[in-house]
Amino acid sequence: MNSFVRLGAITLLIGCCAVIGAAPPRLPPDQLAKAIRNEAISIPTPGELFAALEKPGKPNWSGQYRAPIPMTYRNRAQIALNLGGLICDGFIAVEAKDSQQVKNTGSDIIKLAKALGVSENLLRRGNSLNEFAENDEWDALQEELEATQNEVKSSMQTHSDQDLVILLSVGGWVRGTQVVSAAIMQNYDERSAKVLRQPALVSFIQTKLNEVSPELSAEPLVKDVKEKLIGVEKLVSFPLGKSPSVEDVRKVNDAVGKMMETIQNKTDAK
Amino acid sequence: MKWRLAIWLLPIFFAGSVLAQSETDREVNARKIALEVAGAFTNDGFKMRDGHWCGRLKPHDLALVAVNLYAGNQYWFSIGALEPAKKVAVNVYDETGKQVVTESYSDGEKAAAGFSPSSSGQYFVSVDLLEGAESNFCLVYSYK
Repeated sequence: MNSFVRLGAITLLIGCCAVIGAAPPRLPPDQLAKAIRNEAISIPTPGELFAALEKPGKPNWSGQYRAPIPMTYRNRAQIALNLGGLICDGFIAVEAKDSQQVKNTGSDIIKLAKALGVSENLLRRGNSLNEFAENDEWDALQEELEATQNEVKSSMQTHSDQDLVILLSVGGWVRGTQVVSAAIMQNYDERSAKVLRQPALVSFIQTKLNEVSPELSAEPLVKDVKEKLIGVEKLVSFPLGKSPSVEDVRKVNDAVGKMMETIQNKTDAK
Repeated sequence: MKWRLAIWLLPIFFAGSVLAQSETDREVNARKIALEVAGAFTNDGFKMRDGHWCGRLKPHDLALVAVNLYAGNQYWFSIGALEPAKKVAVNVYDETGKQVVTESYSDGEKAAAGFSPSSSGQYFVSVDLLEGAESNFCLVYSYK
């Protein structure tokens, strides 16, 4: 690691000199437009979002719990969206270092995943989550949650449910943004508020949602989510370097709160 | 007649499978190297993302991936490449395409770039093959 640090310092020094001497290289917009965007790496995990939120001070994570959600959804799109939200709840419980809440959420994750028929290896994951929770292995738990999410996605892909993968990410992002905006409102700090700026991420999610099959796209719940995302994209498009005000944060929280309510409670899903 | 055609096509099918398999193996090996590089940062409290991006790298053909990062976090982007790649580099650009100043590590077919974004939003990570011939690479990232 020492050689890493030494090498890093030298390169940084050379980099700084170069920066002082000349303008930094710039990539043209057409090259940026061709950049790869994929769900595995272009969509951040709730863990990343929560890590950034915690920097100025640890929020009251247990204050962000919500009442248990129904486990009786029949619509696959609604299950996928809620499963994403539940996985995010798992990350919240990990941040709160609350073993019982991790176990409860883990059990609900397995139930919903089973309803989608993607549970072959998930039972093992469920057991690992319980084991790590009992032993207070919080870093391992966070990794296990991310691995669980990726396993669900990969299982969806092998079961020709590729379209549901993006819904899982959407559910997680909406729930994560709801929790983070609520925490910022409770204890406003300009540095924390900066995490809400994510226009490109919402735009990427919209692009992926526009690529789903016409059948799924016609689902009332999916249509509703897509429509609401248009408004949310505007709300999270703060100018570069500007921190959103308390009022800006409240608007984001209202918008994602309504989305979460629709995802959780919409009853006219086919 | 159909079964004869099937017999003729079988070797082609198996050859394709073997090629696909070796390609996958190379990606797995490139990922192992990337994880090895990233492993050094976990000692400093960095958590590794489970996701990765693997691909083929051609000489001086910038491979670019979009990532969405949060202000307040620190990030390390680590790459590993396989022979015949000899020297690789990783750089980060902001959403306007301007290169950001990073801490860097480079050791032949391994490289990493670390920085703390001052703004949340989209960034672009480039992987460049500086020396050697076309090969497989894999990128992983860590945050804290």
